[in-house]
Amino acid sequence: MLTLDTSQVSLSREEMERFSRHLILPEVGLEGQKRLKAGKVLCIGTGGLGSPLLLYLAAAGVGRIGIVDFDVVDVSNLQRQVIHGTSWVGKPKVESAKNRILEINPYCQVDVYETALKSHNALELFANYDVIVDGTDNFPTRYLVNDACVLTGKPNVYGSIFRFEGQATVFNYEDGPNYRDLYPEPPPPGLVPSCAEGGVLGILPGIIGVIQATETVKILLGIGTTLSGRLLLYDALNMSFRELKLRKNPATPPITELIDYEQFCGIPRAQAAEQAGQAEIPEITVAELKARFDAQQDFVLVDVRNPNEWEIGRIPGAHLIPLPQIENGDGVDQVRKLLAASAARSGNGLELIVHCKSGARSAKALKILQAAGIQGKNLRGGILAWAEAYDPSIPKY
Amino acid sequence: MATKVLIPSPLRPYTDNLEAVEIEGSNVGEVMSNLIARYGELKRHLYTEDGKLRNFVNVYLNDEDVRTLPQGDSTPVGEQAVISIVPAIAGGL
Repeated sequence: MLTLDTSQVSLSREEMERFSRHLILPEVGLEGQKRLKAGKVLCIGTGGLGSPLLLYLAAAGVGRIGIVDFDVVDVSNLQRQVIHGTSWVGKPKVESAKNRILEINPYCQVDVYETALKSHNALELFANYDVIVDGTDNFPTRYLVNDACVLTGKPNVYGSIFRFEGQATVFNYEDGPNYRDLYPEPPPPGLVPSCAEGGVLGILPGIIGVIQATETVKILLGIGTTLSGRLLLYDALNMSFRELKLRKNPATPPITELIDYEQFCGIPRAQAAEQAGQAEIPEITVAELKARFDAQQDFVLVDVRNPNEWEIGRIPGAHLIPLPQIENGDGVDQVRKLLAASAARSGNGLELIVHCKSGARSAKALKILQAAGIQGKNLRGGILAWAEAYDPSIPKY
Repeated sequence: MATKVLIPSPLRPYTDNLEAVEIEGSNVGEVMSNLIARYGELKRHLYTEDGKLRNFVNVYLNDEDVRTLPQGDSTPVGEQAVISIVPAIAGGL
């Protein structure tokens, strides 16, 4: 059980009333509520997972909550990041979260760190807290949180989400396994899409975040059986929970220091490769595209996004040929036919311009087309850049 | 005998969007190789070029990580057995 000093902690009459439903639970009681008040929890990220778990930790009476986030509230966050409200769009997430936490429980001490968690600040930050909750959204930070928890001896309450599925467990608690026992290495960048690329059901992080909050409160109270040694899998579409055994792996090398996690996850190499790949693809700016429209020039515009993105908005005259179709070859034939038809109407070969949301997928498509002998230009910044410059009717998504 | 293999959503694009498939085989290794024989694109997502299970993917027989089983891939699959493929996911925002 976590050592928490409650000798200096007392509850006021107002706090007794506020937490009375806890106080009458034999498993919590006055001593338990004092443990919660003495508890110090650091939450990394105030996004989909951080939002619900912070609300509940605040309401439960956790005495001190640290929040780490460098981001500002975006309107597209509000579909799931329920701690933030519309009036906070454009403002720092940590301030928005602090405001809401204090509205729920003014007895909570909130420490805000408007910064990115990095190898140079993680150990110092973690040292001041009893439990670390991982609500981040990328592999480098997940390995960093894990390793820093191991080095500082803090339990790591873990949750992650993807589309309709979530995972939760407790790492590094009472000699239990850590993240590296589950996955020794991260996937190469780009293999697993992020929520920003792949989408996520807004309610999903609510479920997983509240599971993380439950585990955090249990650890502070020292009651029940935590998820340590068990990986909980949740599938929202089937509404099913499954549990897998999670053991320490003797082959996992010991963690002795924090490293460069971007490097470990292959990010710089992938970025360099992406830039090198894109450099070989000729580009066109949205201004140049606009000039072609204005001059009523004839050209072939192909949109390689998915049909559901096409429904959100499109550039007039574009032909939808999703990237997966180009990858399996059918789309290459479709492009060839479009170019042949355009050549038939204009008498000579027309310029091919390809776009996606922001430019990466269209670069991929153009590489495949190049290999098939078709030359084209990539619209730099994709439809987002076009919308920003010329067509406010297209929603940013 | 066919064993149910649960496919996680990141890998469903490679299994005709099926969330579970029934695959023949008497042990875990056989089921997995029959799986990638049927869905060729899965292979590079699950295995390295020299045929090792990738470090960010785990395969479970019921609730046990196959790598921790004494017989590993040769562990027989019993009646009602379920094999789960569980890749690392990082989303949280």
